[in-house]
Amino acid sequence: MSRRVTVKLGFQGNTRDVTVVIPNDEPTPWQWGERLSVVGKPAPRVDGPLKATGAAHYTCDIELPGMLYGAILRSPWPHARIRSTDLSAAERLDGVRAVLALEDREIRFAGQEIAAVAAISSELAADALKLIKVDYEKIPFVVEMDAAMADSATRVFGIGSNAGRASTTSVGDVARGLAAAAYTIEATYTTAVQTHVCLETHGAVASFNAAGDQLTVWCSTQGVFSVRDDLAVYFSLPPDNVRVVCEFLGGGFGSKFGATPEMIVAARLAKAAGVPVKVILPRGDEHRSTGNRPNSEQKVRLGADRDGKLTAIDLVQRGSGGIGGGSGSAEPFKSIYRCANIRTDERNIYTNAGPASPMRAPGWPQGCFALELAMDELARKAGIDRLEFRRRNSDNPVRAAEYDIGERTFGWADKNSSPKSSGAVKRGVGVASAEWHAVGVSGPEAQAIAHRDGSVEIRVGTQDIGTGTRTILAIVAAEELGLPVDRVKPEIGDTRFLFSVPSGGSLSAPSNTPAVRQAAAHLKHKLFRIAAPILGAEPDDLEAADETIRVRTSPARALAFTDVCKRIPGDSISAQGERVPNYEGFRTDQAGCQFAEVEVDTETGIVRVTQVVAVHDAGRIIDPLTARSQVNGGILMGIGFALFEDRRMDPQLGIMVNPTMDDYKLPGSLDVPRIDVTFFEVANGITNTGAMGLGEVSHVASAAAVACAVYDAIGVPVRSLPITPDRVLAALKTRVKELELR
Amino acid sequence: MSRDDRKPRKPPGISRRSFIKGAGAVAAAAGLVRVQPASADEKRLPAGVIERLGPEATTIELNINGKPATLEIEPRVALLSALREHLGLTGTKLACDRGACGACTVHLDGKPVTSCMVLAVDARGHQITTIEGLGTPSNMHPVQAAFVETDALQCGFCTPGMVMSVAAALERNPAATTDEIKRATAGNICRCGTYPHVFAAALRAVKPGPAKSASSVRAAKDA
Repeated sequence: MSRRVTVKLGFQGNTRDVTVVIPNDEPTPWQWGERLSVVGKPAPRVDGPLKATGAAHYTCDIELPGMLYGAILRSPWPHARIRSTDLSAAERLDGVRAVLALEDREIRFAGQEIAAVAAISSELAADALKLIKVDYEKIPFVVEMDAAMADSATRVFGIGSNAGRASTTSVGDVARGLAAAAYTIEATYTTAVQTHVCLETHGAVASFNAAGDQLTVWCSTQGVFSVRDDLAVYFSLPPDNVRVVCEFLGGGFGSKFGATPEMIVAARLAKAAGVPVKVILPRGDEHRSTGNRPNSEQKVRLGADRDGKLTAIDLVQRGSGGIGGGSGSAEPFKSIYRCANIRTDERNIYTNAGPASPMRAPGWPQGCFALELAMDELARKAGIDRLEFRRRNSDNPVRAAEYDIGERTFGWADKNSSPKSSGAVKRGVGVASAEWHAVGVSGPEAQAIAHRDGSVEIRVGTQDIGTGTRTILAIVAAEELGLPVDRVKPEIGDTRFLFSVPSGGSLSAPSNTPAVRQAAAHLKHKLFRIAAPILGAEPDDLEAADETIRVRTSPARALAFTDVCKRIPGDSISAQGERVPNYEGFRTDQAGCQFAEVEVDTETGIVRVTQVVAVHDAGRIIDPLTARSQVNGGILMGIGFALFEDRRMDPQLGIMVNPTMDDYKLPGSLDVPRIDVTFFEVANGITNTGAMGLGEVSHVASAAAVACAVYDAIGVPVRSLPITPDRVLAALKTRVKELELR
Repeated sequence: MSRDDRKPRKPPGISRRSFIKGAGAVAAAAGLVRVQPASADEKRLPAGVIERLGPEATTIELNINGKPATLEIEPRVALLSALREHLGLTGTKLACDRGACGACTVHLDGKPVTSCMVLAVDARGHQITTIEGLGTPSNMHPVQAAFVETDALQCGFCTPGMVMSVAAALERNPAATTDEIKRATAGNICRCGTYPHVFAAALRAVKPGPAKSASSVRAAKDA
């Protein structure tokens, strides 16, 4: 049974009404301008006290009776065949309880799993690894993209070519577009491999029951259900016999989907030893083996006519995801700006390096950097203000409004026109556009439970990667039930709860909040049925507000929420809700833009970001406080990508030379600029909450804006990330040469 | 040492701490002796007296959060492992294992140190304060409360170390400026990029009221 409801879509000054058909038991979507009591108000995260006092238990904090400590031996060689593995000395070491050979054939990157041990202490486990003797037959390897493309290069997979199949798209005619252009640019942009560096490394604690047919795994994951399904397949168990728990996890950023090797190793060791086993990866293994954002080489050609309208966008891209794929970066070229002629050509190159995995807006920060710096180079040639150039080529009304807000907040006109200092430190500004698609998916189900003591629980099998998922779920349920946020206890991170989707791709907020709202609404109606006879009203005439259940037209006729709960016949009453499929909305994409100001010391080459203004839309913002935290994080990870982060491979040894948290440079407190975040509210429809995700869109444009600002500061583009001092100085040298030639 | 291509060479990437631990164990195994750091055990050992330790487990006493704790550990065990794996104090986190990220920050006699870089045996005789000793969820230290109120935490994994660094900085200077807080947390890496709210939390905690209560809470704990 379904019904029709009218929903207002759009944003201030640009709205329209649409009629959508929704299931009868789906709550009416919150409307544009509707007065809500707790949604949209800044709320500290509900698990803040646990995290701030060290009482939050992460996977690495799990201790079980009799638990052993596992450790994994990894290949020191980038490419080798294993002739033999001798585990006997490790097995004989006192305190070692299980030893496993994991790989008996070919090694394709330095860091690949070879063997594993479980021992009574982490120190002993490390000792045991040293006793494992592996006879390797080393074979030639290749870790650099250019070298991998050579005919003579060793084949990473033994056969075929190291170059994957090209993925191409074409709209219009790029050659004609370039021919018709008044201004063109052609340049090559490169980005380095970035690693996730989750503060909590990958890890798992696994425990089998005595019969060996029930497996419980505590692990640091972005998807408890995807891990459960993978483990069920691996161990040939029914999914119901596998329980996966992740109460807290210390970051994921895309590297923690599915059952990763250490989870399987922990479970295999637990099975072999007959007791629980914990495996927590050391930092070096985390850098080398658990994923990364592939590098890129992007040959870009752009053309624009005399009016500053793009006539052609052409991208030929190569990237290496090591022994993995997924290095494409073409999406921003295809969708941020309007152009009749667009061609993209992407190709993954295989190398003997750790496999790529999704990382915060996969492909987008790389593509956005190349596209936006090329846009600036073209705007300079055409003599057009860079912000104006973007306005002319974007047809997204949300982004247009956001450009206006950012322009005012940042003070673009003043900052962009102020003359460059004559001193050594040059100031520059840049602007870049973001995009993501975070409307969520159906699939999640939620349970809402009211207890006789008046407490309320929300249970859903999602997980909180640090974005504040628990908190926004509590807020949404509290809103529906007319309660303060602290009256709702959200429980997540366990496959014993109802299904939810992995936390990635900015899916969590738009996929989970509607299911929770529906569950809370269903619970509310059950409570209405208890309250109605006492209030002498029909259940449909009641509302939940101000911690009461009351007659809508006569609010004085009210019962305290806790008094209604006291009349629950059993111990508790519960209801389920589901995330229904997306209904019609305003847009399925998000816009967003970021402005950056930098100072470049032309004597040392050091770049300092001094200010970032971010303007983003994410539908209805459930909690502006945690949302702002997420945007701050997106910007700072972008500053790291722009200025510092670079996984360096030694071409002679084939190993990562900086697998630490000091040699791999990360942004720290001294690198933090002044940050202003503005949320531009869009009534987006699509679900009953109208919430969208923020994790990716807040990160897409950050590095690009910084790179554009550096170009503005020194007058010459640095086309390679990270923009290290040596690259700045090299770029300045070319500029000096240009000036001398004139 | 010459390189022998027939045998797998040890992969590079030895950490400073594994070097410290390894060197300690080797020295002990070879019958060498370790000189106690002068400050650590002045009370227990006369100056210049040499103590032999390890490699087998030895019984030591530590003063943690105002209470004595006795534990039997190998001398190579870091203070961080002693806290987490031997005493169940898991609030202090292991993240980089080489003093580069600050997640394992604890106070040693009120000063912030990275506990992954301190051997547990060298922490004898010092007052060790961990995140658990600062406050609890129902009775938070003002710095912890300010972290919650300003949302100075996301995934929360760097948070205990970040809180310890900020608390130590405010203890040194209750009127610390944002620049001072930035320097005090320069050794604490937060991959979620939550630093702006950390600065806000520190400013909130330095307001005259909370700063005073910060000291009084600690004084009450010490009493």
